[in-house]
Amino acid sequence: MDESDDSELSGLIRKHATMYRASQELESSVRTEITLQAAAGRRPIWFLARHWPIWRTVGIGFGFGIVSTVLAIFMLGQPGESSVLERELVSSHVRSLMVSHLTDIASSDQHTIKPWFQGKLNYSPPVKDLAGEGFPLIGGRLDFLNGRTVAAIVYQRHGHLINVFIWPDSSNEHRKQTTGQGYNLLKWNVGNMQYWAVSDLNDIELKTLPSLLR
Amino acid sequence: MAYARDFETLVLPHLHAAFNLARWLVRDDPVAEDMVQDACLRAFRYIGALRGRDARPWLLGIVRNNCYTWLEEQRIAPGQVELDEHLIDTLASPVHGQEGDPCAALDRKHTRQLVDTAIRNLAPPFREVVILRELEDMSYAEIAQIASIPIGTVMSRLARARAELRISLATLMEGRGNG
Repeated sequence: MDESDDSELSGLIRKHATMYRASQELESSVRTEITLQAAAGRRPIWFLARHWPIWRTVGIGFGFGIVSTVLAIFMLGQPGESSVLERELVSSHVRSLMVSHLTDIASSDQHTIKPWFQGKLNYSPPVKDLAGEGFPLIGGRLDFLNGRTVAAIVYQRHGHLINVFIWPDSSNEHRKQTTGQGYNLLKWNVGNMQYWAVSDLNDIELKTLPSLLR
Repeated sequence: MAYARDFETLVLPHLHAAFNLARWLVRDDPVAEDMVQDACLRAFRYIGALRGRDARPWLLGIVRNNCYTWLEEQRIAPGQVELDEHLIDTLASPVHGQEGDPCAALDRKHTRQLVDTAIRNLAPPFREVVILRELEDMSYAEIAQIASIPIGTVMSRLARARAELRISLATLMEGRGNG
């Protein structure tokens, strides 16, 4: 198989083998497709791998769409007005433990604390010493929650601090128990007062508090 | 749009070469058109990656990959390719009866059928180097780029393809002579 052999064979192929040509239809359909793509603002994306199949791009787009839809539904469904409040309550509780501002008035005497709130709030929060029931009163504090100044009464149970936030609100009388960032939250109403207890105390012991404060 | 204009001047001139390669690889007109159409869309999308290089081997590389993907799918779900092979055999056989025809035009037609059949019978990796080298007149370096193989492999495949073609053509001629 020398050079002349090769060139003879080459000549035979070049002369006789079929050269297929793209049809006019193919050319115009390619042109149309590109015009459509360009008109649709479909910019070339060359940062993807060259052999990245189109269906994979479509698939990823689809997947992304589904995930973001689910996320959107989840997030829209989750944080209503109440959970914003819940987050505020937890933050307030955490802050009260952090910045050594647990109480504005430290006293285990309810008769000291209750008058202290007078002139600071336009309502009188119920304060009760529950030392006999195992919830000694630690003190009281003013806090800012839900766009208003509220009373925070601090109790303790086996070393766990409990913030009980109280303000007048009878719009929603449902009892509620929930958690946020590992803290237990309990909401209840007495009269026209809304109570929110926040603590790292277990929820069973925390649940005894509403009846004691009645 | 600038990209569409780039496509028009850089890619579109190689449409015939793209179709020729696809048609030889998949051996079916509509399938080959699909391969080329899809390759063109990809070429348009990735045209920025071209950065002034020659679009011809680049486009043919995309076409080739499309065709190989399709061939692979056919191998997994067989039918069409095998059938096509049969079709070629039956198409090539009428040559026997026409053997003594003095008409030169008819003889050219027979020769074309022989050559086409011999090339078609090559396995795709050998068929493509013959098409690119002999019909598209591409350099070893360009073929290496299209097929993603070293230049040395291009040369060895071409040599083997030629050897197979010689044997195949000799067999076909013999069959024709005996007819």
